[in-house]
This record gives sequence, structure tokens and C-alpha cells, in this order.
Amino acid sequence: MSSPIDDTPPVASARPNVGYWRANLCVIVIMMLIWATVSFGCSVFFVKPLNAWHFGSLPLGFWFGHQGAMYVFVVLVFSYAWIMDYLDKKYGVKE
Amino acid sequence: MLEITPPLGFIQMSSTVWTYIFVTITFFIYLYIGWRSRVKETSEFYVAGGGVPAIANGAATAADWMSAASFLSMTGLIAASGYDGAVYLLGWTGGYVLLALLLAPYLRKFGQFTVPDFVGKRYYSETARIVAALCAVFVSITYVAGQMRGVGLVFSHFLKVPVEYGVVIGMVIVAFFAVLGGMKGITWTQVVQFFVLIAAFLIPSIALSKMLTGSYIPQVGFATGDVHERVDALHTELGFKPYTEPFTNRSQLNVFLTMFALMAGTAGLPHVIVRFYTVANVRAARYSAGWALLFISLLYTAAPTMAMFARYNLLSTLNGAKVASIEEVENEEGNKTGQKIYHLAAVGEDGTEKPIHWINTWQLTNLIVFDDKDGDGKISLQKDGKDYAEATIDKDILVLATPEVAGLPGWIVAIVATGGLAAALSTAAGLLLVISSSIAHDLYIHFIDPEASEAKRLTVARIMILAAIVVAGYFGIIKPGFIGEVVAFAFGLAAASFFPIIFLGIFDRRTNREGAICGMVVGILFTGGYILACKANVILPFLFSEPLITPILPGWTEGGISPESIGAVGCGLNFIVTLVVSRLTPAPPEEIQQLVDDVRIPRGSHAPEAHFDESDAEADNP
Repeated sequence: MSSPIDDTPPVASARPNVGYWRANLCVIVIMMLIWATVSFGCSVFFVKPLNAWHFGSLPLGFWFGHQGAMYVFVVLVFSYAWIMDYLDKKYGVKE
Repeated sequence: MLEITPPLGFIQMSSTVWTYIFVTITFFIYLYIGWRSRVKETSEFYVAGGGVPAIANGAATAADWMSAASFLSMTGLIAASGYDGAVYLLGWTGGYVLLALLLAPYLRKFGQFTVPDFVGKRYYSETARIVAALCAVFVSITYVAGQMRGVGLVFSHFLKVPVEYGVVIGMVIVAFFAVLGGMKGITWTQVVQFFVLIAAFLIPSIALSKMLTGSYIPQVGFATGDVHERVDALHTELGFKPYTEPFTNRSQLNVFLTMFALMAGTAGLPHVIVRFYTVANVRAARYSAGWALLFISLLYTAAPTMAMFARYNLLSTLNGAKVASIEEVENEEGNKTGQKIYHLAAVGEDGTEKPIHWINTWQLTNLIVFDDKDGDGKISLQKDGKDYAEATIDKDILVLATPEVAGLPGWIVAIVATGGLAAALSTAAGLLLVISSSIAHDLYIHFIDPEASEAKRLTVARIMILAAIVVAGYFGIIKPGFIGEVVAFAFGLAAASFFPIIFLGIFDRRTNREGAICGMVVGILFTGGYILACKANVILPFLFSEPLITPILPGWTEGGISPESIGAVGCGLNFIVTLVVSRLTPAPPEEIQQLVDDVRIPRGSHAPEAHFDESDAEADNP
């Protein structure tokens, strides 16, 4: 039986690709959280506690600020491109 | 004296000759590619506009974006500020994450050619477009000012003239490349410049890393070697805070705010955003941002290693160096000028003395000044209230000087100078064309003379380039800050004007014309005004003797929010004003809301020519 509260089809037709946009926003939010954690978290607010550990011979907080966060940024941007390739295909909005 | 000068002359000759050779060769390559692509461009303008591969576009974006600030200045700033230098590293790379996730794909889908075009169309308003064009001009001129200083430093060093003359020579060269025209549109020139500048930076980093840590990969040597322990020990011995200790030069709040301002600024810079229109589709725009960041990271992960190695070299070489002789510089008529050149010798552990040659040219150009204040015949870098008590070293010269400090061969010294020029030229040319297109295309024909012919518009554009170079040259000479700091002001201005309204233009359907205009105006006036208030005595020295803010908030320039950080506050203000004003005024028309929905999906992105009429071509994307 078709439920009266199921209002997905009309919304989807009024604003097409709502599902695609939601999925995209979700990916963006997760990635921005990782971005904020490595930049503002590990490299600004928690540098001092992190410096108790070491990466190689460098204090960990220092390594994050001068190296580590940048590697994470590169991985994030490429991962986003890959994930969006998948989403573009799944929701049929690929060019 | 006599023992010192002959080898000095020889060493300088060889690196200077190498510099002439490399600079001449690379200039001819840039000109050749520019000329060839230009011929092609007139016949296949539209095709070239949309078909640049993602990876090539990434390299071009990287060259366009990595300027004299990244190449020359940043390493010196990091070396001087230790951990706190992370603001530049993470600010200028982290911004690409914002750009790639939040702006680039959607702007590509939108398919306008300049940022003012985007603003004008999304906010259905000529006023918004004019405000955006003015912001673009303001941001770009600030940015070019930093480049002029960079070009000036390179020329002053290898032609051995004071830095002011170097800036003037740089102005002529930049004017030549920019007025010649078309550099910006020609992606392949920038691809070549990318390779020149990245090689020029990595070669000395690798050599230094091998010398100090034994590892050929600077990033590995950095993390596994013991150089940081040696630097920290030297710092402690000299009375500085340890190099690796955070928040010694900036407060934690300023580190956070500056980092955010640089990130949001990266994502809002008009000349970087424009790059993403040259790729084929939305998918390519996403990958292109990734490639750009990867290429930029090659330099940005090597910069902190170079900074730390250079700091160690500098401190260990100069501290305690013996004054061998002091020479007074004579002018052409043979009169003493009062300028003193110190000839120094490093004293080894066994008491042997080795003359230090590399400081001599730098002293001639006044970028390094020694002063044996206590007259003990030794140079002491001991902390005496400030850094380098008996030596004053311009932070911007560190990258240029490091190969000499480390005693690397002359051709490496020359490669670094060539790379510095490539970095400054590629960025300056791109920015000058944003300035000229904003004025000639967005302001002049909309405001002053809508009937202007194509030829007249190009003339206006060229005059504007020259005017911008003169203004930028002025700031290059008076030096409101180190290159990296001046460029940071430009990023702050971009963060406060463009980032919020472009972001909201895509992610918030409800943001309207009134909100965007108010947001941009408030953001840029607040940020520009604050920078001026903090730097009035440096920017306009003949009008002000102290920062305007000092009478209002005494001590604020030392302890408060730094002018580099203020862009983050301006960005926040812009967001608040835009959101609030948009909610209080009527919603955007239905077709604009449709447009926003359309921008959010990749399918159906137009080839750029679809938005493009013949008359716009030259002025918009030269």
C-alpha cells in the first residue's frame, strides 16, 4: 500500500536530484570535519598535548603543523573526486 | 683582505654568470611558448578555452598560484617564526580543500568567466558585479605588490644594486610580459614555469637534506634526522624559545585566525577560481583541484624542511664568527659613503679560520647588515631584546641565500634565482590580467563608455596594467611587510569579500542581491580599514607617524589581532551580514533559484563558448 506520508516523489520532481545533493552534502560535511581536525585541531588547539608523542624523531604536533596535515589535504581532495565519480554515476547525473 | 677578495670575486662571477644564462634561457622559452600559443589561440580560441587536461591545468594552477611569497618569502618567515610558520603552510594548502569541495565544481558548472561575472549573474545585479570588480582589483593589487618586492630582490642580488632599483627593473620586466598580453590565457607557459620553479626549490632542498641528514628526500630527512634537536639546542643556547615550540611568535588565537583567513582567501582568489573554467567539465574541475594541491604540496612540504635546515646553517655559521676586517664602501668619486662591509671568518673547533663569502653581496644591497655593537671582534646572535642582536637579516632573502650559505655550487644558486623569477612572473602576469579585465571589462564598459570599441577597451586594459604596476611597485619599495605578509593581506581581503558570497551563492538558495552586496562591502571595508589602521605609518609614511589604531588601543599592534589575521573576522562578518540581510529582504527570483539547483548537478555543463560572445573574449580571458 502506498503510504500517504511518503512524500518523496513530489519533492523529488519539484527539486530534482535531492538525493544526490543530500549525499554530496553528507560527504562534504564528513570531509570538512577531517579537514578541521587535522588543521585547526592537531595543528593549533592540540599541538602541545600531541607533542608528547613523536613521529619519527619529530614531536607529533610539530610534524602535523609542518607536514602531516598537508598530506591529509591531498588525500581528501582526491578522495572527494573519486567518491563524487561514484555518486554521479549512481544518481545518473554524470556528464 | 687580500686573501679574502680573490676567491670571493671568482665565486660571485660564476653564480652571476649562471644566473644570466638561466634567466635568459627561461625568458626566451616563456616568450617562445607565449608567441606560439598566441598564434594558435586566435584561430582556436574557444577550443583551447575548454579542453585543457586536468593534470596540465593542475600544474598551471600551481604555477599561477605559487608566487614569490611561496617561493622566496615563506621559507624565511617559517625559519624566523619556527612552529608558528605553520599558518602559511596549512593556510595556503588547506584552502584547496575548501576550493575543491565547496567552490570549483559548481563554478565550473556555472560557466561564467570572471568572478565579477559570476557575482553579477547569480545576484542578478550590475551593482553586485561592480562591487565584486572593485574588490577583485583591490585584492589583486595588494597581491602584485608582494610579487614586485620578490622580483626586486632577485634582481638586486644578481645585478648587485640596492633593492629599490631591483624593484624598478622588475616593474619594467613584468610590464613587458604582461602588456605583451595573453600570458594568462596560455596555460602551457605556466606549466613550464611550474617545472622551473619546483626544480629550483627542490634541488637545494635535496642537497641540504643530504648534507645535514643523509637522506635524499627532504621530507624524510626532516622527520627522521636530528636537525630539530640541534636547532632547538642552538636556540636555547642563544636565549631564543625552542624552534619547535608552538605559539612563541604569535598567540594561539592569531595562529588560528591567520590560518583560517589564508584558507578562505585561497578559495576566494579571483585568479585561481578563473583557472577552473579552462577544464572540460565538472569532473575535471574536481581532479584538477587535486592535481594542483599535489603539485603545490611538493613545494610546501619541502619548505619547512628547508626553513629548519637554513635556520640551523645560518645560526651555526654566523654565531661567534670573527670579524676579519671592516671595509667602508666608497662611491664613484672615491668618497666614503659610511656603509660598512664586514668580512667575517667562521672559527672551527680546532681554531682554524674560514672566510665567509656569501654575506658580502648581501651587505652591498643592505639586505644583511652587521654591527659589532660591543666591539669584541665577534658577531653575536645572542638574543638582545630581539632576534639577531648584531646581525640584521631580511627574512625574504633566506631561500636565495641558503645555497650560498651551504656552499652549494654556483649553478644551484642561479637556478634558485631563476625559480624565484618564474614564481613572481607567472603570478604577477595572471593578477595583472585580472586587474585589467576587471577594470576594462567589468567597470569601464558598464560604467563609463558602454559603446567602447574592442581596440579602445584593449588600450584601457593596457593602461590599467601599467597603472597597477606603478602602484604595486610603490608598495614593493616602501615594503609594508615581508612578501609573505603583504600577500597574506591580499588573502585576507579575498576571504572577507569573495569567499562567503560565492559559497552562499551555491549552498544557500535564499541568499539574494541585497545580502551579497552588503556582505562584500562590509567585509572588504572592515578588513582593508583594519589593515590600514595597523599599518598606516608604513603604507603612507609621509602622512602618519604611528599606526592609526595606537591612540585608540595602545599596545594593540603587539598583543591584539594581527592585520594578517583580520581577514578571518572580516569573513565571519561578511557571512553574518549576507545571511541576515538576505532574510530581511525579498527572496531571489524563481529563475535564479532554478539556476542554483542546476549548478548543483554536474550533468549538462555547457562548453564555455555557450556563455561567451565574441566581444567578451579578449577582455575576459586574454
